[in-house]
Amino acid sequence: MIIEIFLAIRFLREGRGQSLLILAGVAVGVAVMVFLSALIDGLQQRIIGQTLGTQAHVVVRMPEEIVRPLLEPDEGQRIARVVQEPAQRTRSIVGWQRHLEAIERMPGVEAVSATVSGPGFALRGAASRSIVLFGVDPARYDTIYAVSQHMHAGAFAPSGTEAVIGIELAADLGVEVGDRIRIATAGDREQTFRIAGIFDLGNRDVNKRWAIVSLRAGQTMLDLVGGTTSIDVRVHDVFAADEVAGRIGSRTGLSAESWMQTNQQLMVALRSQSSSSQTIQAFVILAVAMGIASVLVVSVVQKQREIGILRAMGLSRQRVLRVFLVQGLVVGLLGSSVGSAMGAGLVIVFANAARNPDGSPLFLLRLEPPLFVTATVLATLVGLLAAVWPARRAARLDPAEAIRHV
Amino acid sequence: MSEPRGKGPVLEMRDVRKSYGEEVKVEVLHGIDLVVEHGELVALIGPSGSGKSTLLNLLGLLDRPSSGTLRILGQDVSEADDDVRTHLRAKALGFVFQFHHLVPALSAEENVRLPLSIARGRVSDADVPRALELLGEVGLSDRAKALPRQLSGGQQQRVAIARALAHDPPLVLADEPTGNLDTETADGVFELFRRFHRERGTAFIVVTHDPRIAQRCDRVVSLLDGVVVSDVRNGHAKA
Ligand SMILES: Nc1ncnc2c1ncn2[C@@H]1O[C@H](COP(=O)(O)OP(=O)(O)OP(=O)(O)O)[C@@H](O)[C@H]1O
Ligand SMILES: [Mg+2]
Repeated sequence: MIIEIFLAIRFLREGRGQSLLILAGVAVGVAVMVFLSALIDGLQQRIIGQTLGTQAHVVVRMPEEIVRPLLEPDEGQRIARVVQEPAQRTRSIVGWQRHLEAIERMPGVEAVSATVSGPGFALRGAASRSIVLFGVDPARYDTIYAVSQHMHAGAFAPSGTEAVIGIELAADLGVEVGDRIRIATAGDREQTFRIAGIFDLGNRDVNKRWAIVSLRAGQTMLDLVGGTTSIDVRVHDVFAADEVAGRIGSRTGLSAESWMQTNQQLMVALRSQSSSSQTIQAFVILAVAMGIASVLVVSVVQKQREIGILRAMGLSRQRVLRVFLVQGLVVGLLGSSVGSAMGAGLVIVFANAARNPDGSPLFLLRLEPPLFVTATVLATLVGLLAAVWPARRAARLDPAEAIRHV
Repeated sequence: MSEPRGKGPVLEMRDVRKSYGEEVKVEVLHGIDLVVEHGELVALIGPSGSGKSTLLNLLGLLDRPSSGTLRILGQDVSEADDDVRTHLRAKALGFVFQFHHLVPALSAEENVRLPLSIARGRVSDADVPRALELLGEVGLSDRAKALPRQLSGGQQQRVAIARALAHDPPLVLADEPTGNLDTETADGVFELFRRFHRERGTAFIVVTHDPRIAQRCDRVVSLLDGVVVSDVRNGHAKA
């Protein structure tokens, strides 16, 4: 065994009480980190999952028409004016097939789907409901929203004069799979569709207002033959959606909006949640580091004489330095292993305790290996860094001075 | 005596002075000249406070002279950097400190093995037999596993003596090695020194207050108030 490691372990074992105390400190710190991270991650993943269930990561549209005043004020002048925004018509993306293919090939993009959408009414007998009509390519659309996995009845494969509608809308109209409804749009178009499926996407508004038909039927109904109003994009990394949207925008000249822009409030909330959790963790790490450092400093003072003897017997400064660095390392490594186990236990207990009234878990606390790896690496590093100062003190000790003190 | 272990003296000290203190300097050693040949067994005597331990610390490269030169194994170490001095300590010197400093966290056997471990840079089972043999020489075979605090003062001192000899250094510096020992044990320890001296050609500088021990050395150097006042060899004054 390398002599530094041998001595480090012996020194730790000799000061058993101190070593155990600081090990416990590191373990508690790491447990808090693991638990907090798992909790916040689980919470955020759940919120984001819910949000993105019915939203594309990036939505690409035609840029909005902007009004530009004819007259700009000179320095010191003011112009009184009333700017009238133009009524934004539903406009088709010019050359959308080309854009669709281009976006599909961009890095970070997982799936794309062209959609034509617009307002309309669903009618059955005397019942009439305001809806949003979507014309989609079902196969592509499904890669983004996974509607087929959320079918209440029937299948998600609208073609010809078939429609798939939300579960609440179906209830409002009193229809089931196989029944027929009429759908009307602004241009006085009206057509009968057979209900091919009923979905439940977990969002009340969506379940109440969405009706999905084939792309061609949608284009006809919305008076945009051959056109689409948006291209929905799914990205690999949901948190890179902003960046991907930026690239799509500059590449195509279209307006590309990420889910993060659409949900700014949510993002602010998530960010502040993350940063407060990170602040807590930073303080925990700091406390752990100071704990390790102070215990090691005390141990250096207590071991002055031994260090002097070892130096006198020809143990080099570097080796003395490493004896104490290794102690920090060992404390960090052992402490974080114990702490990881404690944190995992805490998470499991908490996940079992916190349940919805129906007994389903309130949180999806995920214990992912990277979390433990990160915590362990971090704590070990912190142990090492915390040991630097005591170790340098030890290495600087003058052997003659250290030995004189009996 | 065996073949000399090297050419030239094992240590050579010229006009070495040592002062302590920052503002008020107190000179403790006033120009010491001392040459010790390989395989010499030297007793260093003198009253308390005469500077024996100070001199030994300089010879042991634990402290630096304020002026003068010091050569160990022919190498000038007065100005050498810490790495060179550390290496030389590990290779050439064995220590028995005045207060028999053992490492409390290590067993008797591990303490004895320490110089070998330091020289190797790692702790090896291959060194255990050597350590046990030396413990046997000082009569502590049965205490190999004991920690220093489980040993009596005299036993600790004997472990320290075994440790100083473990790596077979050319020069052993011993500060009152028999101070805590009864006459019989002291004689045993001194016999061990003599045997290394005879068989291995080890040079010893032994600080002692015991005239019987001093008598049995090749040479007796007396220190008084930081000055060598006599240097007697084989019972006859040297120079
Ligand atoms: N670090 C120091 N600072 C100041 N003075 C010192 C220091 N070390 C030793 N001295 C002084 O140097 C003188 C010699 O001390 P030293 O320890 O060498 O004596 P000694 O001969 O070994 O005595 P003893 O037989 O009692 O061990 C003493 O007067 C002591 O007070
Ligand atoms: Mg002394």
